[in-house]
Amino acid sequence: MRHNFILLRHELRVLIITPSTYIAAVLFLGVMGFFFQELLAGYAAAPSDISPAVDFFKLFFFPVFFLTPLLTMRSLAEERRMGTIETLMTTPVTSIEVVLAKFSASYLYYLAMWLSTLSFHYVLYRFAANPQVIDPGPLLGGYLFVALSGLMFIATGIFSSAMTRSQLVAGLLTFSLTILLTLGLRKLADLALFMTTPGDIVNAVAAHVQIFQHADDFVSGTFDSRAPVFYVSTAAFMLFLSVLALDARSARS
Amino acid sequence: MTEADATIEVEHLVKHFGRTIAVNDISFSVRRGEIIGFLGPNGAGKSTTMRILTGYLPANAGVVKICGKSVASSPLQTKRHIGYMPENNPLPEDLRVREYLTWRGHLKGLGGRRLRERIEAVLEQCDLRRAHRRIIGTLSKGFRQRVGVADAILAEPDVIIMDEPTIGLDPHQIIMIRDLIARLRGRMSVIISSHILPEIEATCDRVLIINHGRIVASGTPDQLRQEFIDRTGYEVEVHGELAAIRRALEPLGDGSTIDVGEGSPDAAGFYSISVQTGAGRDHGEQILGLLGQAAGVRVRALTRHQATLEEVFLAATRRSWETTTPLKGDAARAAIAATDSGHAPHPGS
Repeated sequence: MRHNFILLRHELRVLIITPSTYIAAVLFLGVMGFFFQELLAGYAAAPSDISPAVDFFKLFFFPVFFLTPLLTMRSLAEERRMGTIETLMTTPVTSIEVVLAKFSASYLYYLAMWLSTLSFHYVLYRFAANPQVIDPGPLLGGYLFVALSGLMFIATGIFSSAMTRSQLVAGLLTFSLTILLTLGLRKLADLALFMTTPGDIVNAVAAHVQIFQHADDFVSGTFDSRAPVFYVSTAAFMLFLSVLALDARSARS
Repeated sequence: MTEADATIEVEHLVKHFGRTIAVNDISFSVRRGEIIGFLGPNGAGKSTTMRILTGYLPANAGVVKICGKSVASSPLQTKRHIGYMPENNPLPEDLRVREYLTWRGHLKGLGGRRLRERIEAVLEQCDLRRAHRRIIGTLSKGFRQRVGVADAILAEPDVIIMDEPTIGLDPHQIIMIRDLIARLRGRMSVIISSHILPEIEATCDRVLIINHGRIVASGTPDQLRQEFIDRTGYEVEVHGELAAIRRALEPLGDGSTIDVGEGSPDAAGFYSISVQTGAGRDHGEQILGLLGQAAGVRVRALTRHQATLEEVFLAATRRSWETTTPLKGDAARAAIAATDSGHAPHPGS
């Protein structure tokens, strides 16, 4: 594992020198800033007791659907398309180290983008007449949720990128899997098939993998340890599959 | 060759992709400091063999050892001994040359002052000093090839494997790479594949010719000539009656043929005739002796035409096409059968 730091530093360097990194960041901040401004406009028109942070984090799925594929689709698919995976894998590094480095770099970038939205709340705090408009509880809960769920979404993107040489296919696969994990799991709980026996295990599992519900819980201050376990274990499973996919596809090339 | 001398040992290597056999029971070894040339038509199994040696591809059967360690059971250890430049030389487009070499050096376990020294050395050796700040994506093909070679030799590994290192280079750059590889002789074992046969002949101590995944010839270029070329050609410029010349050369025997060409002499009255003899021994002195003793015959020049490696290559691959049929190798068939039934005949290498 001694190469982890070398690989991660290289991945971050590539992110820093790639123009698309900055384009994605500007688009992300622009779109999220627009939503935030719309939220505030709504609050100005109709005062509400709910903190703006609560409504802001209800929009978490938007960047997840569009940003995660953009962030991760390049990682392994591009290495395979270019052939640079061959020169990389013939140095004394393991597939696990490569996958972890790609994942860590994308995850750190994802976090950095989300953390940059703290500036919205700071601007609101700075210029709002009432400092109590900023409620630290939902903010903390919201960012914690974003950090935890991001593990799973980014790992899903890395897995998709390990499955193909095409960035486009990797991006579409990430998008589809993300829809499946969010909206698909929500639909699972709605299916009458699992609702017949309230105590059954499938029903119980389906009830605990509701990502929208997790977002609401974290923002409202309810911390359920099953949610972090779900995100961390799903991320680990996706990364494990990524390592297998990387090894298997290399063996066939 | 003792085992201690060998940096690369390959025994009964088999690799198949589905039903297609890429490498079919190959065995060879390479001594420390030896330079080996891999020759073979496209799809013969050269690149696959090289990828298995580097540990990038797993084999279906057989054993590969690098510096005494099995590639299958100690992949990280064997990779430390290898510098590899793949076919088409893939490089990251966004990095500068020096950044790339620094990163690669770190991955290969170099650091600090030693890494700086090695980077300076390879920049100098590969004539990259004037391009070290340039972004790789903007480099010409020749520069990119040299960045690949610089990376392969960066950590001074015991084994260097280069797949088509001179492809796309101009003659100056080819000579530079050839000199560079020649300087590695005696220190590192080098395997290079190339389609430019004079390159292989000029650079390599030994040649392996691969066809249909099998080694069809192995040895020094001279040994291969003796094995595969059964004729030696001589060009003689001679003055005199053609019939007398023919009579004078009759004692050559050995299945020799004499071709007097168009039969018209040059301005000075010398004919240029071609003599083909058996390849067993050098007939040059005998030809000169026979013509010298003949009355009314004068010799101006005698040139011996050595078969090129290209002719050897064509003869060796033609012979292998005539004598082997793909998919009939015993080892390969056994490997496929074993894999199909879930049992590998040897631990994969």
